[in-house]
Amino acid sequence: MPSLLAAAHLDVAQNVAFGFLAASMAVAAIRVVTTKNIVHAALYLVVVLAGVAGIYLLLAAEFTAVVQIIVYIGAIVVLFLFGIMLTRAPLGRTANLDNNQRPLALAVALFLLGLLVYVLVDAFHSTHLDALHRPLRVGTTALVGNAIFQTYVVPFEAVSVLLLAALVGAVVIARRD
Amino acid sequence: MLLNEFLFLGALLFCTGVYGVLARKNGVLVLMSVELILNAVNINLIAFGAFRDTIAGQVFALFVIAIAAAEVGVGLAIVLLIYRNRRSIDLTDVDLMKG
Repeated sequence: MPSLLAAAHLDVAQNVAFGFLAASMAVAAIRVVTTKNIVHAALYLVVVLAGVAGIYLLLAAEFTAVVQIIVYIGAIVVLFLFGIMLTRAPLGRTANLDNNQRPLALAVALFLLGLLVYVLVDAFHSTHLDALHRPLRVGTTALVGNAIFQTYVVPFEAVSVLLLAALVGAVVIARRD
Repeated sequence: MLLNEFLFLGALLFCTGVYGVLARKNGVLVLMSVELILNAVNINLIAFGAFRDTIAGQVFALFVIAIAAAEVGVGLAIVLLIYRNRRSIDLTDVDLMKG
């Protein structure tokens, strides 16, 4: 039954979820870079980051999705809100958040988008993600743990030292003396 | 699902972030746009990881998330220092190295 086999590739539920997530992320991302209110930009960023976590779930990367929520929404957005407060940004609408290169920036971004879309259509126009259909693939968290602590243990330790260095550096840069 | 759905979404987020970095002059907003770019890269890494059926994509995305956290910490410290020295985080005013 070729029609049923073809229908199995349609993934209706996944595609509906993807469309909803992608549309809300696109709107929120554009609001992040265009809104006149700096606190609203941080809150729209939360929408984008949560949408990215949902996309990770669609790609069967549940551990990364949880890390995305904990690290980005839990820590980085809070850091942004602290930065907004400490620099005493005006909390209402402010007119001068953009510089005078907006047309040029828009041209660069649209050119880049067109180029990327052209290249992607050219390279992967009918590539399916068949790995998501593998049965009994319950979770990938154990695989991630094995990979981090076996294959990638040296980069993992290097990242921990980097985080320590960034912590000390941030304290040294920001403290009053 | 098609691989390209995810790659297009990543491309859109990336270009939005590039626009934000180029067009914003508030230091905190520029850092937010950099986060958009990093998330676009992470979507691509995990999508290609699922496509190749390898776990390396997720591991690399986790490394990118950790480094993004370090980058935001240091970046916001620099923005705070600029604010303390100049009473503004308008990046167009930071032009000491302009000839």
